[in-house]
Amino acid sequence: MNTNFSYDVHAGDIEQGGSASAALKSELRKIGICEEQARRAGIIVFEGEMNLLVYATNGGTVNATVTSEAITITIEDAGPGIADIDLAMTPGYSTAPDWALNLGFGAGMGLVNMQRNSNFFEIHSHTGKGTLIRCRVNRRKNDAAD
Amino acid sequence: MTFVDVVILLQAESLFKGDASDTLIDHAYAADLLSDVLALTEERTTLITGTISPQVIRVAEILNVIGIIFVRGKRPSQEIIDYAQRLDIPMLTTRKTMFEACGLLYAHSVRPCKNRSALDD
Repeated sequence: MNTNFSYDVHAGDIEQGGSASAALKSELRKIGICEEQARRAGIIVFEGEMNLLVYATNGGTVNATVTSEAITITIEDAGPGIADIDLAMTPGYSTAPDWALNLGFGAGMGLVNMQRNSNFFEIHSHTGKGTLIRCRVNRRKNDAAD
Repeated sequence: MTFVDVVILLQAESLFKGDASDTLIDHAYAADLLSDVLALTEERTTLITGTISPQVIRVAEILNVIGIIFVRGKRPSQEIIDYAQRLDIPMLTTRKTMFEACGLLYAHSVRPCKNRSALDD
């Protein structure tokens, strides 16, 4: 049976930044996902929700679906979109404003870190329309034993 | 050394005395950029930082951080301290710089946690 989790992320809501990932990680642990996979999913969502908070014009949504095989995370917004995805995926490249740097973010590691922690990663973006990122973290066969 | 030993070594103030305050501290990672903490640490660790944004405790939660040492006299908000208390993540603040804190801890056998560099790909 699939288990679904969904979180809205509001643009510029600094106080709540990171709350979706913390909530998801806690839920994943409760349903028996091992610490390593829950940590990887948590890192992916943390980076994703900080991107929504910092860059997306109207925020966006984080959805996670857990099956017996994997945790699939979808992060979606409605703009402004990424003009050059290859450049955005370059470690160290960042267009973060100063206020994001003051929070400790904007090192240009976010998308790369999402990819590193995923068994599967895809990103689609259209300028003026929005960005969709889908990541999959494969489950271990003996999650419940962790 | 334990977290209580670290308080003495760094002439620090414990922000709350959690059940975990006798936890052994043998590895640490120091950074102000939480992006780097998220991207480059590869095991549970104690975090040394001067960043006190609300995200610091959520990063600590995601990474299962053992404890947080705030340097340069930085003091997080009461909301962050309360959140850490619920998670039982001990926190302390010291007037020492990050450089001094790291040096003192290294001299007392605390070592870097398993980590990667941004060049590793």
